Amino acid sequence: MKYLTEFRNGEIAQRMAREIHQVATRPWKIMEVCGGQTHSIIKNGIDQMLPAGIEMIHGPGCPVCVTPLELIDKALAIAAQPGVIFCSFGDMLRVPGTDCDLFQIKSKGGDVRVVYSPLDAVELAVKNPDRQVVFFGVGFETTAPANAMSVHLAKRRGLKNFSLLVSHVLVPPAIEAILSAPGHRIDGFLLAGHVCSVMGYWEYPPLAERFKVPLVVTGFEPLDLLDGIRRAVIQLESGRHEVENAYERIVTFEGNKPAQKLLAEVFEVCDRAWRGIGVIPQSGWRLSEAYREYDAEQRFQISGIRTVESALCRSGDVLRGLIKPAECPAFGKECTPRHPLGATMVSTEGACAAYFNYGRFISAEELAGAGSGLTGASNG
Amino acid sequence: MGKDSNGSTVAAPDFSNWSCPLPLAGYPTIVMGHGGGGKLGNELVEHLFVPAFRNAALENLGDAAVLDLPAGRIAMSTDSFVVQPLFFPGGSIGELAVNGTVNDLAVSGAIPRFLSASFILEEGLPMAKLAAIVDAMAKAAAAAGVHIVTGDTKVVERGHGDGIYINTAGIGELRPGIAVGPRNARAGDAILVSGTVGDHGMAIISVREGLEFESQIVSDCAALNGLIADVLAVAGLAVHAMRDPTRGGLASTLNEIAQASGVGIVIDEASLPVRPQVQSACELLGFDPVYVANEGKVVFFVAPEAAEQVLTALRAHPLGREAARIGTVTAEHPRLLVARTAMGSNRVIPLQIGEQLPRIC
Repeated sequence: MKYLTEFRNGEIAQRMAREIHQVATRPWKIMEVCGGQTHSIIKNGIDQMLPAGIEMIHGPGCPVCVTPLELIDKALAIAAQPGVIFCSFGDMLRVPGTDCDLFQIKSKGGDVRVVYSPLDAVELAVKNPDRQVVFFGVGFETTAPANAMSVHLAKRRGLKNFSLLVSHVLVPPAIEAILSAPGHRIDGFLLAGHVCSVMGYWEYPPLAERFKVPLVVTGFEPLDLLDGIRRAVIQLESGRHEVENAYERIVTFEGNKPAQKLLAEVFEVCDRAWRGIGVIPQSGWRLSEAYREYDAEQRFQISGIRTVESALCRSGDVLRGLIKPAECPAFGKECTPRHPLGATMVSTEGACAAYFNYGRFISAEELAGAGSGLTGASNG
Repeated sequence: MGKDSNGSTVAAPDFSNWSCPLPLAGYPTIVMGHGGGGKLGNELVEHLFVPAFRNAALENLGDAAVLDLPAGRIAMSTDSFVVQPLFFPGGSIGELAVNGTVNDLAVSGAIPRFLSASFILEEGLPMAKLAAIVDAMAKAAAAAGVHIVTGDTKVVERGHGDGIYINTAGIGELRPGIAVGPRNARAGDAILVSGTVGDHGMAIISVREGLEFESQIVSDCAALNGLIADVLAVAGLAVHAMRDPTRGGLASTLNEIAQASGVGIVIDEASLPVRPQVQSACELLGFDPVYVANEGKVVFFVAPEAAEQVLTALRAHPLGREAARIGTVTAEHPRLLVARTAMGSNRVIPLQIGEQLPRIC
């Protein structure tokens, strides 16, 4: 298949892995920012192909995972109201709030719908003028243009029954926060390719300069990831710290200019709470003054939310790259995809779910004992 | 032409493909009376079900069908069908209701013979739709060589059902000496699948969600008893286990057999037959085709020395042209399904918690 199979070629992957083995002389810790990359690394066993010293640290780039519990509780409260059609992307439905999730709201009679685009929610608002249609607009810069377009269209069409429950977060401030934290362990970054397809990578050179880290714009297929890692390792070995583009078939330096123009019109930068991490200054977007009337939080005025996070869950440490999922004492015991304690176990892009779903809950000793070679791919 | 509740004229249902439509034409939609046990219900039986399913056991119209079966063991199975939409590319709830039960019997090693069919109809269901579904059932039953010998109809009020729910139950003769079951997979067995995976689930989702893909994805809904008979004829006792990977897809079936047999399973991801348009749709939604439903595929666990023979038999059948050997049963990592990726690494494929959910980005 065009643009898929070419980037999943096992032989080329082995060749690239060998090259990484040849250039790596020291241990390096590289963080992939995006949850989609984490998922692909674990699914394809990319981390198993690397030299022992190259450690992939999983970053905070799963939009479902970092959405604050308080906002999820607000979503549940709005979705439960009569007269509301609550629209969301599918993977938010199973994320537990303090008391329940959107599936349970739906089973109790809430009108919760999975849509594939926020523009579908706008159409629902047009077709249901007597109902309030709310779209749960979470995500990084990747999903922001479509969300921005939805309110832009709603305003242009004069819709009074559409609103956006918005919690957008931004990658550059998150990287800055991770690198500013004392005791951080990161030597280099793989930048999220799809975020950069919208934003370009003009925001990153100051970060590379200030923190002396290489940042490589990287895609999601196995060969993309290996190329990103290879380039980061080469920079690290030669003492360079530059922004480099390993996803040229999609990403340009400037990014998508019309999208950026729309984003600047519809959103404004604000402080945002990241679940498990805390408030990061100037790290998110909210609707700008001109579009504030489409803000579901303003329209519904939900108050009295009291959130309770699990005392056992260490998803915050996982999101900051301080521990690997299997190092959390609750992993695979109290916390499984069936009974998740934190969002990193719920979302398919969450690091904990990726580890659990692809069998990384089995200890290395058990697997070695089974003699199946499950823990390590042959590096040729 | 009939009148609707507002008194306006509505188009008569299209019975052009139907054998004896006229007495039903006064009712273009199902009304509560069709389930009431009176004249309207009798008319449905007399002019719709009996002509469509026509066979001696049914035409007696007794409270139970009386059947002649040879001495020996029989297999019995039942399944209910609630699919939306009722019609989709490659089939309808009618074919599914017949083929689903036929396939459950066939993968148990039985020769499917007789089915029952119970209909729960929603008030307001267009008669033409019911006729089309019944017609699809009749054709599917004829193709599978089974008779629908007894049935029932109930009607629920408008808003209390999705148009139509169907339950079928079936019985079949077990082939003497054949012992296939989820507990019988053995280390060393070759694992074969009769064709591409994920077609049915993605066909349904593409019409249900109004996704506009460039090329249409068609359900693989089909009766597998003929294909299975061909395999058993050449391989007989060398077939240790077989199952049709319906809901939950190939991954669920393989996990269930690994657990029931207490063995490990290794599959080679690159060998899985997946149609390009199904793969593309899955990539778009963040789905894995191994978890997507099939309605016309069967997985065989066979002794390794019989693998080539079974593959040849499968590929000689119209439903098995894209059959492939996808993996092996191992004594290692018991109860785990492991995939060897194209990268040469291994990953565990677990049972899914619920249905797959389209992702954010």
